[in-house]
Amino acid sequence: MLQSKSFVKKTKQGRVVKVVREHYLRDDIYCGAPLCKVCDVAASRLSSTASTILVVDTNVVLHQIDLLENPAIDDVVVLSVVLEEVKNKNLGVYNRLRALCSNSQRRFFVFSNEYHKDTYVKIETGESPNDRNDRAIRVAAQWYQNHLGSAVRVLLITNDRDNKKKAVTDGILAETVESYVKSLGQPALLDLIVQPPSDDVTMEDAEDLRPSKRKTIYPEHKPMSEITSGLHRGIYHQGKLRVNRYNPFEAYVGSESIGDEIIVYGRTNMNRAFDGDIVAVELLPQDRWQEEKSLAIANDEDEEEDDVHLAPSSADDAPRVPSSAGDKNAMPTRPSGRVIGIIKRNWHSYCGSLDPMPMPAGEGGIAHALFVSKDRRIPKIRMQTRQLGNLLDKRIIVAVDSWDRLSRHPSGHYVRTIGEIGDRDTESEVVLIENDIDARPFSSQVLACLPPLPWSVSAEDISNPIRQDLRHLRVFSVDPPGCKDIDDALHCMLLPSGHFEVGVHIADVTNFVHPGTPLDDEAATRGTSVYLVERRIDMLPKPLTEDVCSLRSDVERLTFSVIWEMTPEAEIISTRYTKAIIKSCAALSYVEAQARMDDSRLMDPLTTDLRNMNVLAKIMRQKRIERGALTLASAEVKFQIDTETHDPLDIGMYQIREANQMIEEFMLAANISVAKKILEHFPPTSLLRRHPSPTKEMLEPLIQTAAAVGLCLDVTSSKALADSLDRAVGEDPYFNKLIRILATRCMTQAVYFCSGDLSPPEFCHYGLAAPVYTHFTSPIRRYADVIVHRLLAASLGICRLPDIFQERPRLTSIADNLNYRHKNAQMASRASVELHTLIYFRNRPTDTEARILKIRSNGFIVFVPKYGIEGPVHLMARGQKEGGKWIVDEQQQKIKKIDGQDSYGVLQTVRIHMEVVEPQPNRPKLQLTLI
Amino acid sequence: MEYVNPEGLRLDGRRPMEMRQLRAEIGVISKADGSAVFEMGNTKVIAAVYGPREVQNRSQQLNDQALVRCEYSMANFSTGDRMRKPKGDRRSTEISLVIRQTMEACILTHLMPRSQIDIFVQVLQADGGTRSACINAATLALADAGIPMRDLVTSCSSGFLNGTPLLDLNYLEDSAGGADVTVGILPKLDKVTLLQMDAKLQMDTFENVMQLAIEGCKAVASYIREILLENTKQLESRRGI
Repeated sequence: MLQSKSFVKKTKQGRVVKVVREHYLRDDIYCGAPLCKVCDVAASRLSSTASTILVVDTNVVLHQIDLLENPAIDDVVVLSVVLEEVKNKNLGVYNRLRALCSNSQRRFFVFSNEYHKDTYVKIETGESPNDRNDRAIRVAAQWYQNHLGSAVRVLLITNDRDNKKKAVTDGILAETVESYVKSLGQPALLDLIVQPPSDDVTMEDAEDLRPSKRKTIYPEHKPMSEITSGLHRGIYHQGKLRVNRYNPFEAYVGSESIGDEIIVYGRTNMNRAFDGDIVAVELLPQDRWQEEKSLAIANDEDEEEDDVHLAPSSADDAPRVPSSAGDKNAMPTRPSGRVIGIIKRNWHSYCGSLDPMPMPAGEGGIAHALFVSKDRRIPKIRMQTRQLGNLLDKRIIVAVDSWDRLSRHPSGHYVRTIGEIGDRDTESEVVLIENDIDARPFSSQVLACLPPLPWSVSAEDISNPIRQDLRHLRVFSVDPPGCKDIDDALHCMLLPSGHFEVGVHIADVTNFVHPGTPLDDEAATRGTSVYLVERRIDMLPKPLTEDVCSLRSDVERLTFSVIWEMTPEAEIISTRYTKAIIKSCAALSYVEAQARMDDSRLMDPLTTDLRNMNVLAKIMRQKRIERGALTLASAEVKFQIDTETHDPLDIGMYQIREANQMIEEFMLAANISVAKKILEHFPPTSLLRRHPSPTKEMLEPLIQTAAAVGLCLDVTSSKALADSLDRAVGEDPYFNKLIRILATRCMTQAVYFCSGDLSPPEFCHYGLAAPVYTHFTSPIRRYADVIVHRLLAASLGICRLPDIFQERPRLTSIADNLNYRHKNAQMASRASVELHTLIYFRNRPTDTEARILKIRSNGFIVFVPKYGIEGPVHLMARGQKEGGKWIVDEQQQKIKKIDGQDSYGVLQTVRIHMEVVEPQPNRPKLQLTLI
Repeated sequence: MEYVNPEGLRLDGRRPMEMRQLRAEIGVISKADGSAVFEMGNTKVIAAVYGPREVQNRSQQLNDQALVRCEYSMANFSTGDRMRKPKGDRRSTEISLVIRQTMEACILTHLMPRSQIDIFVQVLQADGGTRSACINAATLALADAGIPMRDLVTSCSSGFLNGTPLLDLNYLEDSAGGADVTVGILPKLDKVTLLQMDAKLQMDTFENVMQLAIEGCKAVASYIREILLENTKQLESRRGI
């Protein structure tokens, strides 16, 4: 083993210090080619038949990662110097490259040239680090060629002109990406190549040359140094840009320095920033705040229409309405600004389709096309393609490369095709990709962690002292019909003392999913199961979800149980937690359970248990409501799917029965009990769930709507709100539900958090009026529950607390990931429902009843309770805001016909006609019209 | 941060189970009775031993055994930024004590009653693992001074980062915030005389990490023995035997 202490480096940490580090050079780093006679070939990754081995330059990796991910490119040597450079420049690309290197399907080999005694190069005096790295790449390429001899061609792929020239002088084969891909003879691959910025000419030159043709559209970004000093002095504000999901010309920057959100109106003010970018914003003078807004709407000619969509179920997925919408004359209260620089880009690839355009005359040539993302927050992207005819009616993925200030749209390149537009499978996949959901089958490493199948309770499990044998109890489960992943079961027993023993038994998933295994890691990244209309994407492999963990009837299963002793008044006397073995005697559906309870002739023990539990649940529910829990409502819909074609046959509102509420009540109670227990044992490292109290502003739309129908709501506390919601009874039975739905969508969603990150008063769950809450009852489909199971087991001394709980930052990052996945899963379900609604109405134009939610300048927004969707009804054509036959009073939220015959107000019932129209080919959408 | 990359190399090019390069020299201070310089990579420590000699402060004299004293210090230039450190701060007092106790355990003090042995160690260049380097240097210096010992004491540290046990942490790895286990052993007797750990580790991982450190200590011991042998040979040849 060789060694040289040669690595001297200066770093800056506020002041300049000289850092001396050792750098050991080795002779045991192998080349990774299986045909090599000198090296150890055990760890070789390259193919034995390869005639060409590619060595890629840093700039190729940074810009052409999509190309590298294509299976056509293989036998690539990634040098450690390249990895290091990529890591410093773009962490996202680095992670993708690392994934490629560790993917056993691909032949990418990492060669640690920096630690190899023959390929390490020392920086020369006067040489820039960049030049040194380029030289290191060339030295490594040369070493490979010498090492492998003439049997293999070693090709250096670089787009750096200088590097290529020097390589050729050194006698290394070198090519640019374009010429290499062309030599492969696969034209489709050419689309994956990122076009280098058109020329090497600078901005000024371009303007000088063609002043008339290319005009500057966007203001220049300020240089980084100016931004930093501006941020220091407080002229600029830094934050993440979030584009309004429903109006892409409006964005918000949450700024800590102002403590408020800065609104950015219009593309010009957004100045080429994308959703999720970290930007620097400059505030506009106050008198221009309003003016900018109207300007923005007028300026952007390609303003899009609101679509019909699913009714939102919480504030997180509802369109954001600026509070100043009602009073146009008043001074706007929220600051508006414009982006002056982008600190960090959040570019990735986007799903969508090409803007419809005629085929160019010349077949097969390069065509320029505009790409429209499915995500409306993303602007159109300009791209080049050689396969336009192929792509026009396809859903494709496109990545963004650059956006210079001379072009209206960013430019990007094609990545891959998903399938035909409108096809159900394609659209479902789009939904998954858009929401970052991994629907790939589980890897073999993950499946290797499963217990041997067929699995059954072993004698070992029964004799295990930590596991209580509860097989003699009459345990049953109640779930939606057709449910295969049953993760909860219950029992209820009358004790001699007159009290009840009630048990909630949860599938013991942690008995099979051990911390640190590939199975656990996979579940942690997936975070939750995703329920789409036609399929379910599991968090855990199918044998676990549907068999080993599922508490099916008449089989012995392992559980983690919470057992209470309750008085007949539902007062909890004692709580016991234990791992157990149960044998469920019945797996009921909600309908069955309800029917049993309602049928007074049935007197069997199971039905009696159900009735007892129902009585207890009702008392518990009453107590909870008295504490101030809100009864919220949402417009969930249920599809009936054709088993053959998977097309929706019917949709309707999801019906909630007493049995549902009964199960829910006991699950809530179990979650609360467990939350208390784990928090008591692990105050800084418990995973809990909280629901922040809504602010007054968030409830503003609700109060406004309620005021329009003459209803006064008290929102000072959850208790007050619950009471006033109870009092809000209109003349028709649906009124109360409607108000509750409106209330629900004003609130944000509950989130997971690590108990050490917040102070105890903030733990509170607003909606449930519980001081602490967590998720314990669905470990098969939620990872949070798995963590809580581990915490609870550790608090009982059953098993050791896994390592991750010793590091709060890691637990916090897990909680963040769970929130992200949870949100995405919900968005995906909603998108899937929207998709199926569209498919359903495609052949079924329908007339139905709807409720007016909001009056707008050109019509109103209605909510269709039967199908759970909402959308705009236009009374006037677009553009024609004034005049016509209707008079709109936005202040009073009233709309009137000019001759005074018809008038509509908020929450009023109207009849509408629903039909799917195709304003553009292949772009169907649902249209609502008033009858 | 990634301290061990997927190729299995650490930031400085070592593999997890590898030590830094060792170097040692005996007899670097002619005035002292025994002295040595010990290097572990960029960590460089000098040790000098005086004694056994008369006890300077009579009140401290022990009638049944020798008095061992130890003083540890860091040169102002030992770290990158030149800083004036007050003498006798908590850290150096603690390390002085640790070294004294470790050395006392192997010196046959009962053979030299009413005498005093002074050990001075100074860190010339610090790059992680100074504690271990000091103990190794002190062992060499004691041997050079001809002080009777049960066995050599050797020391090495190991840590746990990115889920991998790492041998002989350098400064960069040491400051990563993971556990740092310093072990001192009597290699012939196979006894542990020093065991320190900051941060926490799971019991079973700790066993592995400690085992790794012990392996490191043994490697250091064989190196030290080599150096001593060579030194003795030189002495022989100088005396003309």
